[in-house]
Amino acid sequence: MNALPELQPILASLTERFGAQIQPMQIPRPNEVYFQGKMELVPGFCALLYKEWGARLASLFADDARAQTGDFHLYYVFALDAAHGFLILRVPVPPSQPRFVSLTNALPALNWQEREIQDLFGLKLEGHPNARPCALHDDWPAVHPLRKDFALRTVLPPFAGERHKFRVVEGEGVFQVPVGPVHAGIIEPGHFLFSVAGESVLYLQIRLFYTHKGTEKLFENLPLAHGVALAESISGDSAFAHATAFCHAIERAAGVEAPPRARAMRSICLELERIYNHIGDIGAIATDVAFVVANAHAMRLKEQVLRLNEQLAGNRLLRGLAAPGGVRSDWNTAQVEALRQRVAWLRPEFESLVALIRESSSTRDRLETTGILRPETARDLGIVGLAGRASGFAHDLRRDFPHAAYADVTFTVPVFQEGDVLRRLQVRVDEVRQSFSIIEQLTSALPSGAIRASLPVLPPDVVALGYVEGWRGEIFHWIRTAPDGRLARCKIKDPSLQNWPALSEAIQDNIIPDFPVINKSFNLSYSGTDR
Amino acid sequence: MFDILYHSLATGVVTTDYPKTPAQTSRQSRGRPEIDAPNWKDARAAVAACPTGALSCTDGPETRRVTLDLGKCTFCGFCAEADPAIRMSNVCELAARHKAELTTTIQYQLAPDGTHQALLSPPRAAADPRPAALDAVGAQLKARIAKVLGRSLHIREVDAGSCNGCEVEIAGLNSPVYDLERFGLHFVASPRHADMLLVTGPVSRNMELALRKTYEAMPAPRLVVAVGACGCSGGIFGTNYASLGGVDKVIPVDVYVPGCPPNPYALLHGILTAIDRG
Repeated sequence: MNALPELQPILASLTERFGAQIQPMQIPRPNEVYFQGKMELVPGFCALLYKEWGARLASLFADDARAQTGDFHLYYVFALDAAHGFLILRVPVPPSQPRFVSLTNALPALNWQEREIQDLFGLKLEGHPNARPCALHDDWPAVHPLRKDFALRTVLPPFAGERHKFRVVEGEGVFQVPVGPVHAGIIEPGHFLFSVAGESVLYLQIRLFYTHKGTEKLFENLPLAHGVALAESISGDSAFAHATAFCHAIERAAGVEAPPRARAMRSICLELERIYNHIGDIGAIATDVAFVVANAHAMRLKEQVLRLNEQLAGNRLLRGLAAPGGVRSDWNTAQVEALRQRVAWLRPEFESLVALIRESSSTRDRLETTGILRPETARDLGIVGLAGRASGFAHDLRRDFPHAAYADVTFTVPVFQEGDVLRRLQVRVDEVRQSFSIIEQLTSALPSGAIRASLPVLPPDVVALGYVEGWRGEIFHWIRTAPDGRLARCKIKDPSLQNWPALSEAIQDNIIPDFPVINKSFNLSYSGTDR
Repeated sequence: MFDILYHSLATGVVTTDYPKTPAQTSRQSRGRPEIDAPNWKDARAAVAACPTGALSCTDGPETRRVTLDLGKCTFCGFCAEADPAIRMSNVCELAARHKAELTTTIQYQLAPDGTHQALLSPPRAAADPRPAALDAVGAQLKARIAKVLGRSLHIREVDAGSCNGCEVEIAGLNSPVYDLERFGLHFVASPRHADMLLVTGPVSRNMELALRKTYEAMPAPRLVVAVGACGCSGGIFGTNYASLGGVDKVIPVDVYVPGCPPNPYALLHGILTAIDRG
């Protein structure tokens, strides 16, 4: 298969620069091109793609292919937004030398992903500035769960609760405030250690992976049909986006595309997920600066979206609708009409909520210049999704890599440079408006016909990257198939994993009482990160 | 200021008066699966379709026992797709004090080809395994706890490893639509202020200690409500190297609330059941 024309000059420049060092490429799909090269090649490969072609490392993960090729594999996934393609560099790591070179000093965006590989695959990091465990907490025995010789149901000795050694921050008047893992609100668990001087936060250490529950390993043990249900449980507030990314990966592996009606229904549901989460966050941000009335209105609107979801999918969080090859059940005219009417009702209600917040000067005062994430920092950390867009990072898979029905609709991607809480709020406001418009465009000309394409049984060792722009940002599911219609690997990349370190930057020089609103302005998924 | 007042007055009251009026779930909503037991011919397709093992069967030489465990069920509807004898109802208020109450068993006489013949025993909730005397003491204690806590109850929510779906719905209890506070119930920031722990799961290995400590920090008497398929049983995650399964693997549970996630009605029903106001 030929790569996209936009990718050709990039491929030519790589061949010119690296010649025989990179092995013949595999192009399973026009926008997904694989190379194989040695570890030494990686820094130069990265540098060329970053500096000359504006690439970014969208994901880094490992795969235990010892049974197939004798090696572990590292996959460096570069997204070329302008060329609308992914270049994927596969680097074999021989089991006799289970180590790999860290790129975190040059690309801080890789920090957590590299450490996770070290934990879950037992490949030792070299040259990482902070190579402590992250996914497996301190008193885990020396196990590497994503290796093939580790069984999913292995029973480990009970957790003894060894204390994590945080970095020490010292100085006159510096004190520490530990928070979590059980928080004061109804949120997920994680530990935050603030080092504070006076009122200002000097340094925030975030420790996550409390909700690590073996999800990626579990994918390797489930039949494909059940994988969709598991994908819905990666991050409950993005159930549909994750399930759709999973289905997208399977469809790409099979070379099958979902029918037009299913694609339109997918886009509609992705936008409904965006709307209910964004409205909920807008209310929660208002609550965190004590504007509770706005939250009451936001919750009221969110409830109406959840009820609509229930009518469309049988579940308020849109579970049970996604399916490989399309969607599981069709909508009748009454359901489509309910959708249309609810969106028509929501539009003015949403605008009056926005006006309520906009006209509250004290709210604006608390949000503006609070929790700034500078564009340069966002770029270094590879911040994606709405947080990236509030810090000048204008990418959106819906526009750059159109999936579902996004090629058939027009919409704009809001981008701001200031990177404060107010702008992350404003991105949400603008995106909800765009979502209304996308749904209106799709419902006014909803394609008719089939809702599900049939899929062939997949041969083993097919690799495919599925992607969806969820409401937080880009979601990737990379799969390698196994015999008997199962998966040998399912790598899940939730935008939260990429974005968490941004919180540590955004809180600096802010006061602890502003932490909740800054945290909520990112609203990252712990479960999506920890898996 | 006047805008805010006007906005609120113009909106009016949006709060449901559940449980006075029944839960308003849509017709499409998937709740408890209903099995047409007398006409069920073969359980195997539905059992194979079930992603969590909520539907299971064990075959003896001539009989088959089919079990439906609502504590594991995510109401995904795969079984109903695989077998016309199963229909998804929209019944969502399924909270139970004992795990056994969530389990239904049906027995069939088995044909040589693996299909069902005669229905030997109709759907029946599993018997409570505890002796009656103990149960009576438990009931008295429960009544006293309900009397102490029933009129005003402070709830601490703990996510012990969930996917955050349950959190979306639990947070919704604070919305003006469900308004938990009208029952004298409210969420508090610390387990030291709490009478009830509302726990979502599965309990991850990394959260086990934190959950135990949170429970121990609560003053007695205390209630624990396990929320969702994962909180009740481990759900689709079950037990694995990183997941211990349901909440009752770690701390004692008073009420189980099935669902994936349970909707706000199901949650309210579960909480009210725990304090005997359901």
